[in-house]
Amino acid sequence: MIVEEITVRAQIREYIGQNLTKFDDEANFSDSDNIFQLGVVNSLFAMKLLNFIETNFQIKLDDDDIEIVNFSTIDNMIGLIAKKRS
Amino acid sequence: MSTAAKKEIKCVIWDLDNTIWDGVLLESDQVTIKEGIIDCIKELDSRGILHSIASKNNFDDAISKLKEFGIADYFLFPEIHFNPKSASIANIKKNLNIGIDTFLFIDDDAFERDEVKFAYPEVECLDALDYDGLLSHRHLQPSFITEDSQRRRLMYMEDQRRNEREKTFQGTTQQFLEQLQMKFAISEAEEYDLKRAEELTIRTHQLNSTGVTYDYEQLKQLLNSEYHKLYVCELTDRYGSYGKVGMTLIETNERHWHIKLLLMSCRVMSRGVGTVLLSYIMNQAKTHGKKLLADFKRTDRNRQMYVAYKFAGFKEVSHAKDSEEDGLILFENDLSVIPPFPPYLELELPKINITEKEEE
Repeated sequence: MIVEEITVRAQIREYIGQNLTKFDDEANFSDSDNIFQLGVVNSLFAMKLLNFIETNFQIKLDDDDIEIVNFSTIDNMIGLIAKKRS
Repeated sequence: MSTAAKKEIKCVIWDLDNTIWDGVLLESDQVTIKEGIIDCIKELDSRGILHSIASKNNFDDAISKLKEFGIADYFLFPEIHFNPKSASIANIKKNLNIGIDTFLFIDDDAFERDEVKFAYPEVECLDALDYDGLLSHRHLQPSFITEDSQRRRLMYMEDQRRNEREKTFQGTTQQFLEQLQMKFAISEAEEYDLKRAEELTIRTHQLNSTGVTYDYEQLKQLLNSEYHKLYVCELTDRYGSYGKVGMTLIETNERHWHIKLLLMSCRVMSRGVGTVLLSYIMNQAKTHGKKLLADFKRTDRNRQMYVAYKFAGFKEVSHAKDSEEDGLILFENDLSVIPPFPPYLELELPKINITEKEEE
């Protein structure tokens, strides 16, 4: 369980890393940082992130899940994925 | 309103041997172009219909033969190799980013047509024997031809150059977007925009908030209505113009602005300009002290637009039951947070805001 969550976190972080607005060494963010407010990714990325989470973790998000807050921090994304898988 | 009746073919996919020319290129270099085929291709091109190729041949040989006939430039993303044609069509669809039901495939070989039909029943298949009927084919008659439709192939070619640049670009996505030097112009629609606006309502499926189509006459009435605003947007960058790529129709009264339709061409989806138009409307509604409402009607392809509204802070205030009236969702935005305009593009906004009477 724990190991799996670590993997999921790493995968999300890697995906965000591929879509940074800045270069890697300038973009430091924690799992609880709001990536949109910090400006490490642009708002256009939110849509890609949603598609990534659905396809990569094989979950289908409902209308109620589609709130920007669910995608704004890695912690929130982990929470969303856990909820959909339970 | 019905999408089935309005169905239009956006792209014709051609086989080569015994379809565009008589003969088999692998067997002999001496193939002859079929009579009238060049005129047919050029005529469809001028109607804004795209062409591509799915042929089992050697790529270089086939392209040089097409160049010899002077028509190589008419085909976008040609698929010339020995893989199944259904796979070729899937690739073309991916590259053009248009619906699978907007293709017409023309081939002399019944086996190839069946193979495609089996994989994609939505693709219309035509026997090459019937090519002389193409120009009068009922799905190849756009109801009008706009400046944008005539430039369509060129716009895709500019896009290919952009994409090649993007692939080799050393830097972040943001830096790539910056060096495109995009200009996004929002303006109040003029009468000459209306044909393109009608075309957008028919052709746009993914970033389309309701899928409701409006024809020229309806749009003209709305343009002259004091209770409606109609905006169109154009995107340009260093490679050229993407044309008029988006529009919105807003119903206004003394209390609210109500977005009846918001749409943006899928060609500019990766440029993040959909939210720009939305941010502009939100700013305007706030400035005028209006409540902001928006209609959303789910179709089989427009989930992206639902996401765009939600991510821009819209909340569902009512939701008609799916069983009955097509599940119309009404959104409202309290305008407390308005997504900022992206820094990588230059904005050109309507010069003067024609203020409503009740504000005087």
